[in-house]
Amino acid sequence: MANLKTSDKKTKAQTMGLHSEVLTGKTQQKFFNPDEAENFYYFGTYDVDFNKRTEIDVKNMECREANKKIDDLMKEGFGTIVIRNPQGKHSLGVGILNKLNLIFEGSLGYFGCGSMDGPIVRINGRVGWSCAENMMAGKVVIEKNAGSCFGAAIRGGDLICKGSVGARTGIDQKGGTIIIGGDAGAFTGFMMQRGRIIILGDVGINLGDSMYDGTIFVGGKIGSFGSDAVESELLDSDIDWLKRKLKVAEIGENFDVSKMTKVVAGKKLWNYDALEPTEKKGAI
Amino acid sequence: MCGIAGLIHRGNTSNVGYELQGMLQALKHRGEDSTGYALYGKTDGENFIMRFKVGENVGEGSTSVMEDVSVYDERKKIVDSYLSELGAKIIKEERILPYSLRYEIQYDKDLMEFSQKIESVPGVEILSMGKSLEVIKDLGNAEAVCKRYNLDKLVGTHAIGHARMATESGVDIKSAHPFWGYPFSDVSVVHNGQLTNYWNNRRALENKGMRFMSECDSELIAVYLAEKMRAGATLEEGMKESLTGLDGVFTYFVATKDSLGMAKDTMAAKPLVLYESDDLVAMGSEEIAIRSVLPQEIDTYDPFDGMVKVWQI
Repeated sequence: MANLKTSDKKTKAQTMGLHSEVLTGKTQQKFFNPDEAENFYYFGTYDVDFNKRTEIDVKNMECREANKKIDDLMKEGFGTIVIRNPQGKHSLGVGILNKLNLIFEGSLGYFGCGSMDGPIVRINGRVGWSCAENMMAGKVVIEKNAGSCFGAAIRGGDLICKGSVGARTGIDQKGGTIIIGGDAGAFTGFMMQRGRIIILGDVGINLGDSMYDGTIFVGGKIGSFGSDAVESELLDSDIDWLKRKLKVAEIGENFDVSKMTKVVAGKKLWNYDALEPTEKKGAI
Repeated sequence: MCGIAGLIHRGNTSNVGYELQGMLQALKHRGEDSTGYALYGKTDGENFIMRFKVGENVGEGSTSVMEDVSVYDERKKIVDSYLSELGAKIIKEERILPYSLRYEIQYDKDLMEFSQKIESVPGVEILSMGKSLEVIKDLGNAEAVCKRYNLDKLVGTHAIGHARMATESGVDIKSAHPFWGYPFSDVSVVHNGQLTNYWNNRRALENKGMRFMSECDSELIAVYLAEKMRAGATLEEGMKESLTGLDGVFTYFVATKDSLGMAKDTMAAKPLVLYESDDLVAMGSEEIAIRSVLPQEIDTYDPFDGMVKVWQI
């Protein structure tokens, strides 16, 4: 359970240009404030030391056993954990609500690093479907390719794939940033509601189909636009943000972000017409 | 949800029965109502191998009606007499299970006429007909089926298989994958997904003389491709046409005596992970299937929507 103190002054993240969108409708805007991180905690989380490092081999472990082992190690104070031989197993590294450096030496199957909040994860391999689904905060870096539904419904954090990703990347995305070094498949940004997606390569058909909000930046060719996805002007502030974000993500070092295509919601779908007057005022 | 797996050794042979068993067993959580193998082994290239059944497995979980073994015996006798009438010579005969048989036969006439005659016997179905292909399918998971039919020693170049969770048709052998690409020898198909224009396509294909043995939508793919090839299309051309001709969500594999192909629908709604190297291509619904034959760290990827690829041995 979060105990987040709020402040009237602009946060560091907002000063940098992040979180500038105005959330509308019935939801309430609440961001994690890095300046007040000490006041933000979950029950059942552990005080870990990043300099305390250990390794585990999960070759002969079921995913539940491996995840329990990670939890036990965090309980012992280990802040850096290296997982060897994941061998495409599903659901590894899920539900971690803790500060942690987690390194996978190999590939993950489905739902890897799902529903996590806080860890910094590096995966020296590939990931299957739905990597980092529902991530709240933290950073996940994948060195190779990723499957479909990459970053489905993430609320925050940075999700970076240095290779290519499958279909429906960022489906139902509600915040955070997804960065793709290669190409992305069909229906990228399908029904996304907030956050940003950056694709340095090409993207498949129906980009941003039925998106409510958020922004998609594409460096390569676009297969086709989905319903209500429209091209928008790339602003100087976008360029600055893209440069900064790619630098932090250690990806696309020499990429010319000024030539990227910016895609946003046209907000012409029936659901906008069906809003209550008070909701409509904020949404459009 | 079903799981599919396949592999092709290029310029080499391997113990494909054992390898595919490992891949399919890794996918058993996707369904273990039935498991099927299409194995492409070494043959002398002269005789046909006909895998056929004279009844259903009526074990636990089966939706088939119990029949006495004497019924199977009677059907077998009729099949034998029909083979004689067709001018087919039985070189070798194996009765692996009371309802499942493997014949090695000499035959050099029309396969469609042959199949229609044999399958006119009620309860009899040719599972595969080919000089390289053998389709083995039965109820249970990959390990159980492999053990029942002694598949782990089978050497060959390529194979495709299917772990099935029955959703739209019964738990029986006739609805299990792979499906033979009747009436073409050595053609087999496995599929993960749902086809929504099954009946329209089926009616059209039946009007063209094609046969369906089950009400499983996946069988449509085998028949659809067979009809395209019968009309003169190459396998790859037929597969590309299927992306628009078949409606629904699907990923499927098709194999011939010297090739293996994959197709993914334009929505990319069904999973597939692919590994390619110069001497081996392996693919499956999940990476863990590939890991059962390649445990070391490898580069894999998800094929994009609408992708069709074919590899030769």
